[in-house]
Amino acid sequence: MEEDYGLDFSDIEAQYAVQVPNTFDNIVVVDNVPVVDEAKEEKLLKVIRKIFSSAGTIKPDGITMPKNPNGKSKGFLFMEFESAADAQKAIATLDGYKMDKAHVLVVSKFDDIETFAEMSDEFEEVQVEPYVEKEHLKSWLSDPKARDQFAIMKGDEVGIYFNNKSESPDRCQSKSNWSDLFISWSSYGSYFVTIHKQGIALWGGPSWQKINRFPHPNVTMVDFSPKENYVMTWSPDAFKTPDGQLHNICIWDVKTATLLRSFPTPATKEKAGKENIFFKWSFDDKYVAKMTPGAQGAISVYELPSMGLLDKKSFKVENLMDFYWSPTENVLSYWTPEIGNIPARVTIVSVPSRNIVRTKNFFNVIACKLYWQSNGEYLLVKVDRNKTKTTTITSFEVFRMKEKDIPVDVVELKVSEELIELYWEPKGNKFAILTAENNNQTLNFYEVQPKSAATTSAVGVKQLKQVDAKNISSVCWSPKGRFCVLAGLKGMAGTLEFWDTEDFTKLGAGEHYMCTDIEWDPTGRYVVTSVSYWRVQNDTGLIMWTLAGQELTKQYITGFKQFAWRPRPPTLLSAEDQKKLKKNLKEYSKQFDEEDALESNKASADVQEKRRAQWEEYKALLAKFRAIKESEREERIAIYGFDPEAVNEDVEEVEETIEVVLEESEEIIE
Amino acid sequence: MRPILLNGHTRALTTVKYNYDGDLIFSVSKDSVPCVWYSSNGERLGTFEGHNGTVWTLDISRDSTRLLTGSADNSMILWNVNGGQQLFKWETQTAVRAVAFASGDKLALFVTDATMGQKSTIHIVEIAKDSSKQTSKILNKFVIKGSKATRALWGKLNQTIITGHDDGTVCVFDAKTGEVLKSVKEHSGPITDIQFGTTQDYFITSSKDHCAIIFEAENLSIYKKFETERPVNSAAISPIKPHLILGGGQDAMSVTTTSAKQGKFEVRFYHMVFEEEIGRVKGHFGPINTLAFHPSGKGYASGGEDGFVRVHHFDDSYFKFQFPEERE
Repeated sequence: MEEDYGLDFSDIEAQYAVQVPNTFDNIVVVDNVPVVDEAKEEKLLKVIRKIFSSAGTIKPDGITMPKNPNGKSKGFLFMEFESAADAQKAIATLDGYKMDKAHVLVVSKFDDIETFAEMSDEFEEVQVEPYVEKEHLKSWLSDPKARDQFAIMKGDEVGIYFNNKSESPDRCQSKSNWSDLFISWSSYGSYFVTIHKQGIALWGGPSWQKINRFPHPNVTMVDFSPKENYVMTWSPDAFKTPDGQLHNICIWDVKTATLLRSFPTPATKEKAGKENIFFKWSFDDKYVAKMTPGAQGAISVYELPSMGLLDKKSFKVENLMDFYWSPTENVLSYWTPEIGNIPARVTIVSVPSRNIVRTKNFFNVIACKLYWQSNGEYLLVKVDRNKTKTTTITSFEVFRMKEKDIPVDVVELKVSEELIELYWEPKGNKFAILTAENNNQTLNFYEVQPKSAATTSAVGVKQLKQVDAKNISSVCWSPKGRFCVLAGLKGMAGTLEFWDTEDFTKLGAGEHYMCTDIEWDPTGRYVVTSVSYWRVQNDTGLIMWTLAGQELTKQYITGFKQFAWRPRPPTLLSAEDQKKLKKNLKEYSKQFDEEDALESNKASADVQEKRRAQWEEYKALLAKFRAIKESEREERIAIYGFDPEAVNEDVEEVEETIEVVLEESEEIIE
Repeated sequence: MRPILLNGHTRALTTVKYNYDGDLIFSVSKDSVPCVWYSSNGERLGTFEGHNGTVWTLDISRDSTRLLTGSADNSMILWNVNGGQQLFKWETQTAVRAVAFASGDKLALFVTDATMGQKSTIHIVEIAKDSSKQTSKILNKFVIKGSKATRALWGKLNQTIITGHDDGTVCVFDAKTGEVLKSVKEHSGPITDIQFGTTQDYFITSSKDHCAIIFEAENLSIYKKFETERPVNSAAISPIKPHLILGGGQDAMSVTTTSAKQGKFEVRFYHMVFEEEIGRVKGHFGPINTLAFHPSGKGYASGGEDGFVRVHHFDDSYFKFQFPEERE
C-alpha cells in the first residue's frame, strides 16, 4: 500500500543521518598574510613554511595562495598538512602568530570557513535566560526573635527546627530519607548538607530548596573552607579520572558547583579517618594546602580558585609529620621528627613569601603535636621527650605569634603525668589539660599571661586551677569562651559539670547517662547533650541545658542519630559596637526578660486551658460510665445474687481490745 | 511512709493482688508457692503448696474464700484460702497464663499457652458452690487464632472476655459464642498486663513497647496513651484518684549491662487526665513485674524481679495533692 500518512520523519532522519567523512581535516586557512606581488611570493612562502613547519609536516606543494588578476596575492592562503593532527596543532599554536605589527595570522580549519561564510550577517540577539531570583541563604538570621536553628536526624527522618528554649521547637522543614549517611552545615550555616551515595547536596533558603549537587560516589567526608566558598569531599572508593588516574578527593567551588581539581589520597600508612589530615584550608579561602608526609615530604600550597600550585613548586620538608595553618593568618606550622643527629624541629613559615618566621629544635623527642589558639595568637606545641631510658616527660611550648621574634614559654608536666587531651579556650588565652597519673585524672587550667605580665614574671604561663577529673573524659568550651562543660563521655556515666572559668565557679552539674555528644549553640547560651544511636542503642535522645547547667528539655527519641546546631556567620558589628552592647546589656536584658515572661505566661495559660478541657472530658466520661452502671443494676444483681455496689450498712464495727503486758516489775513499797 | 517488704518468695514475682476487702495480699512467683499476706503489716498468713513450676497468675473470689492459680506446671488449682488446702486441680496441655473468676464467682476462665504445637485457648469452667462436687468439665473452649493471649479478664456482666496478646493486640470476645467482637492493635510489643479502672467500662494495658494505654471497654477506643523509656510490665489505675501507676524497667536479661540506676526500676505515678508524671517511687533493684492498687486507694503493692513485694501506704501529702484545675 503506497500511502502517505502525512508523518514527519525529519527528526528520525536527522538522528540517523550518516556523517559524510570529512576529507579536509588536514587543510587550514591562514588569513592576514601580507599582500605580495609575484616578485616577493617566493620569499613569503619560504617564511610561512618555516613558521608552520614547527607545527608539523606540510605536504610538498601544500601551500596554495590565490591571486588577483593583477598578480597580487589576496592576503590569505591554503595549507595542506600531512595529517589532521598537524593541522590541529598549527591552529592551536600558530593562530594569532605575529608576523609583524600589521600582520597577525589567523589560522582556521578549512571546514570552518564554510560555516563562517554561511554565518548570517544579521545580528541574532542572544537569548538571555530570564533572571530567577534566588532565595536569601541567610534568611534564618532575620528571625524576629533571633532564634537559632538546629537539625536533627532520627531514624530515616531529618528535620530542621527553631530552638524555643524549654518550649517545643518550631519545625521548619523535615523529610524522611533526606540524607543517607549523616548531616552537616557549611561553615557559616548558609547551606545544609545531606550525604548520599551519589554525592552531596546543599540545601538552604526559607523554602529549603536544593541549591547544588556535587556528584562524588560513596562520599563519606565533607569539609567546607572557612568562608564556605569551597568544599572538599572525600570518598574511600577512588573514581577514575578521564586520564585514568584513581582519585579520592574532590575540591569544588560551592557557588558554581564546578569541580576545581581532584586528587588521590597521598600514600601513607595512616588511614585518613573522619578528620582530614592531608588537606587543609587557609583561613581566608585563598589557599588549600596538601601534605605529603614521609621522607620525600612536602607541603603543596594551591591557590584558589585556580588550584594552581603556588609559585609552581611545593615546600619541600623532609620527614614531614603534620602541619596546620594559623586560624587567622596565612602562616603554616609543621614539625619534623628527630632522625639521627638532626633534632626534631617545629617550623613556622609565612605564605606566599616563604619566609621562615620561626623555628625551634627539640632533642630526645618521641612525638609532637600542634594546637593553634582560635585567634592565632598562640601556637602550643606538645612535646613528648625521653627523660631517661624508661621515663618520658611531656612539655608545652607556647609560641607567642603576635609578639616580636615570637618568644616561647614552656610548661612541663610531672614525669609520671600523661597527657590525655588539650583544649584551647576559643578566642581566649586559657587552655585546659586533662592528664592522668596512676589512674588519677586531673584537669588543669592554664592561662598565657599577657605580654606586660610575662616580662615581669619569669613564667609566662600561669596555672589557674586544678580540678579533680575522676569522671571527666573531655572538656567542651563554649564557642564564645569563658564557659565550659566538663563531661564524662563514652561509658563514663555521662557526668556533666558546668564551669565559669573567669573565677572558676561550678555553675551547675547534671547527668546524661551514656551521653555521646555535646554541642554548644553558636551563641554559647545553650548546650545540647545527646545519646546517638550510632554509638549506644538504649535511651537515645537529647537534653538541652542552659550554659549554667539548668535542664531545659529532655527528650527520648527512638533511633535518634545526630544533632547539629546551624552555625552563624561572624557578626557584622564592629568591636566598638560590641563593646557598647556589652556595656548596655542590662537594659536589653530587661526587655528580653519581659518578652520571656510574656511568653511563659501565654504558655501556662495555654496549659491551663488544655487541662480544663481534659478535666471536662474526663468528668463527662465518668458520668457516662456511672449512668451505664446504674442502668445495669438489675443484671448485676442477677449475677451476684445481691447488689455488689450497695453500701453495706449492716457492717458491724467490732472493737477488739488486746491487752499485752509490756513489762513487769516488782517494787517494795514502804 | 516506709514501705513494708514482703520477703518470702525465692524467685521473681509474677503477680500480686489485693482481695476485695483489701486486708490480704496474694502473691505468686516463679518459685512454685503462692503466698498470702496481711496487707496492713506484711505478716505472712500462709502459703499454698501444690504447684511445681512457675506460677504465672492468680485470682481471688470476691468473698476471699477461694483462690485460683495458674502455673507453668500445666495446671490451674482452686484453693481454700482459709487453710490453704487444694480443692481442685485442672490439668492442662500447656502452661496456664491467665485465670479469672467471673462476676458472681460461678464461672472462671483460664488461658493456656501456645507451646508444643498447642494453640493458645480460652477455657471456661464452672466453679461449684460446694467444692467437693467440683468437676473438671470445660463449659466452653475458644481457640485463639493468631498471636497467643497473655492476659484475660471477664468483661462487664460476664458478657465478654477481654484479652491481651503477644503481638500487642487487644481483643474482645463474646463470652458465650467465642466470637471476636472487636480487635485493635495499638501496642507494638507483647501486652504485659490489663487492669480495670474504677468501673469495668475502661481498662489500662501495659506493654513491652514502653507504652501504657487506657481503652474504653465498649469500643476499644483509646482514651489516653502514656509513653516511657522502658518496657512497662504492669499498670494500675487508682480507685479513688485520677492517677495511675506504671512499673517495669529494663528486661531482666539485659539488666547486668547497666547500673541499677539506669534500669529505671521505679514505680511511676501519672495523672490520668493531664498525662503528666507526678511522682516516682524507687526501691526495687530489678524490673517491676506486677502492680496492684489497694481497693481503698490508700496504698499499692509492687512485685519485682528481685523477689520482693513492697507494700506502700500513701502519706497525707499524696491525698492532698491536686492540680488546680481538678478543684473546679
